[in-house]
Amino acid sequence: MSATAGEPLVEVRDLEMHFPIRSGLLSRQVGAVRAVDGVTFDVLRGETLGIVGESGCGKSTTARLITRLLDPTGGSINWEGRDIAGLGRKELKPLRREMQMIFQDPYSSLNPRKTVGTIIGEPFVIHGVETDERKRKGLVQDLMEQVGLNPEHYNRLPHQFSGGQRQRIGVARAIALKPKLIVADEPVSALDVSIQAQILNLLKDLQRDLGLTVIFIAHDLSVVRHTCDRVAVMYLGKIVELASSEELYAHPRHPYTGALLSAVPVPDPRLARNKNRQVLGGDVPSPANPPSACRFHTRCPKFVAGTCDVDYPELSPKDGGNVAACHFPLTDEEIARRVPTAAA
Amino acid sequence: MAQPLLEVKDLKVHFETEDGIVQAVDGISYSVGRGHALGIVGESGSGKSVSSMTVMGLTRSSNARISGSIMFDGKDLLAAGEDEMRAVRGGEIAMIFQDPLSSLHPFYKIGDQLVEAHRSHNDVSKARARDRAIEMLGLVGIPDPRKRIDGYPHEFSGGMRQRVMIAMALINDPKLLIADEPTTALDVTVQAQILELIQKLQHELDTAVVMITHDLGVVAEVAEEIAVMYAGRIVEYGSSDTIFSAPEHPYTWGLLKSIPRLDTPRDQELVPIFGRPPSLINKPSGCSFHPRCPYVREAHKKVDPVLEPSGSADTVHKVACLLPSETRRSLWAALRAGETPEAAIEEVPIPEKTLSPSAEGQTGGEVPGP
Repeated sequence: MSATAGEPLVEVRDLEMHFPIRSGLLSRQVGAVRAVDGVTFDVLRGETLGIVGESGCGKSTTARLITRLLDPTGGSINWEGRDIAGLGRKELKPLRREMQMIFQDPYSSLNPRKTVGTIIGEPFVIHGVETDERKRKGLVQDLMEQVGLNPEHYNRLPHQFSGGQRQRIGVARAIALKPKLIVADEPVSALDVSIQAQILNLLKDLQRDLGLTVIFIAHDLSVVRHTCDRVAVMYLGKIVELASSEELYAHPRHPYTGALLSAVPVPDPRLARNKNRQVLGGDVPSPANPPSACRFHTRCPKFVAGTCDVDYPELSPKDGGNVAACHFPLTDEEIARRVPTAAA
Repeated sequence: MAQPLLEVKDLKVHFETEDGIVQAVDGISYSVGRGHALGIVGESGSGKSVSSMTVMGLTRSSNARISGSIMFDGKDLLAAGEDEMRAVRGGEIAMIFQDPLSSLHPFYKIGDQLVEAHRSHNDVSKARARDRAIEMLGLVGIPDPRKRIDGYPHEFSGGMRQRVMIAMALINDPKLLIADEPTTALDVTVQAQILELIQKLQHELDTAVVMITHDLGVVAEVAEEIAVMYAGRIVEYGSSDTIFSAPEHPYTWGLLKSIPRLDTPRDQELVPIFGRPPSLINKPSGCSFHPRCPYVREAHKKVDPVLEPSGSADTVHKVACLLPSETRRSLWAALRAGETPEAAIEEVPIPEKTLSPSAEGQTGGEVPGP
């Protein structure tokens, strides 16, 4: 927390991840899946940045690139002013304790043969922070207390915990070394409705208490709105819109964001009956062979032939402060018709 | 009123296991009229799926103890033999599941699977069945069905596979479609497509729908009436308007207050339900929600509440709660105004002794009238 809030902690520029497609006897590369294809954004200190999009849009790959679990094929990632995109294993190790991940599935992300104490204490061992076992136990039990687990359960195995409690174990492990950045990849989507709120509130409290910066990846737009300060919407490996949560949900400018918001079921039967749900046709095209120019043009309700399929729209400021990549952004009147939950 | 299409009465499904008896479904009653849509909402382990699987005769095993009655179109399905059930399953009652990939056989073309589904219930030629399959694929919105009928499941996207499953479910003109979390595995834009399709088919083909889900948004869009399940029981039943605007069970309040939603202010605090769902082997005494209920009183730990009419304007509305109804309404009014349960308790006095009227009766779930 030495640096001021609002300064960028991570600056991502033109980040690319093209997974090669190989085929034939010599397994020559015949193409590439463009999972992330030129993504640029900043993550500011102390904020929660949401990344939303449908499956296959590249949101999880982006997260894995920033935490350097994958080697990017292009672009740069500036971590506190230093490019970490090309660093090797050894150089990355000291950085690893500053960025931690929380995963979606609390069942497969915990080793079933290790006790909870060992799992949460492992970061201390790996980074040689606390080698004395008794002291380590004290630290781990403090962490368990902090995330709402009973410290007496130190010697239990993961299967003795419920899904929500397991996710708390994952959170404790992630905050053990007091990282600067937490990347949470769908942290609540495997949990029951009544448990989701417990974990969301826990993350919020920890962020406030520890001054964490969080990248929050989710497909649930209601959860993202509640949790995040700013939101990036991704479609087929590109960011199509980036705005503060208030602005994005009040006036989505990209037609894809509008369609996503329009599709969210609202737990209010009266509103549901009156809304003009805009249903997108078809499926997300393959990232191995994305459409030309604007990648959304094949499904876009505002598609204009000769422009959208020819000129690539750059991200640029639109009405209301959103940054969107679109030639024909949604007007206020279109938003009012399609997205009944948007504030008028 | 006419005889409902499906009438479940005091259904109990218990499983004997090494650890004890699992009371998965513990005395539930509901009914669905022709062409109507019922939503069953609950968390994992609430018994929502087991109750519908039992309607389909899919829970019959040597360790299952099933009692009560399931009347479907004049037949008692619990008394029906395995041959009769085979005729009903996929014929008059069809079911779609959460994961369309594991519900389709990866080895056979989808056309062959659709043809088999049709021919196992109808004495028609292969060619006629194939025509019917093409017609159904077209109806559920698969582009170019004549060509796609010869595709394998892996050649379809998740949303398209769920459409194939719906085509297969509807190929024999079922009177009832049971949809168990049909959109949970799908992206939000595809979910919107599938929900719209189910509603369109419900109206065009007059099929009754039972929609089982944990997602309150999904039932709000699809269902006319909603049953909220907790620990194997229905704890609240009502029209969907009532469940969302004037719910009277603390568990329903908890669900509604714990989900972030797009139509409330962004900074509104989420109020989680503390604790976790109970074990179905050792259920809590008295009201099974009492260990998690912020409004619990000593008496609620001993008396088992009965699902009874709430007395509100919605005639089908029933609640299984021991709080007196005026207390429930004042509490919801406070919660609705944005207060936390703690603040609501301070504002609304909760009587220690007074219980809701028929708390002496101890008969488990009740019948929401047809």
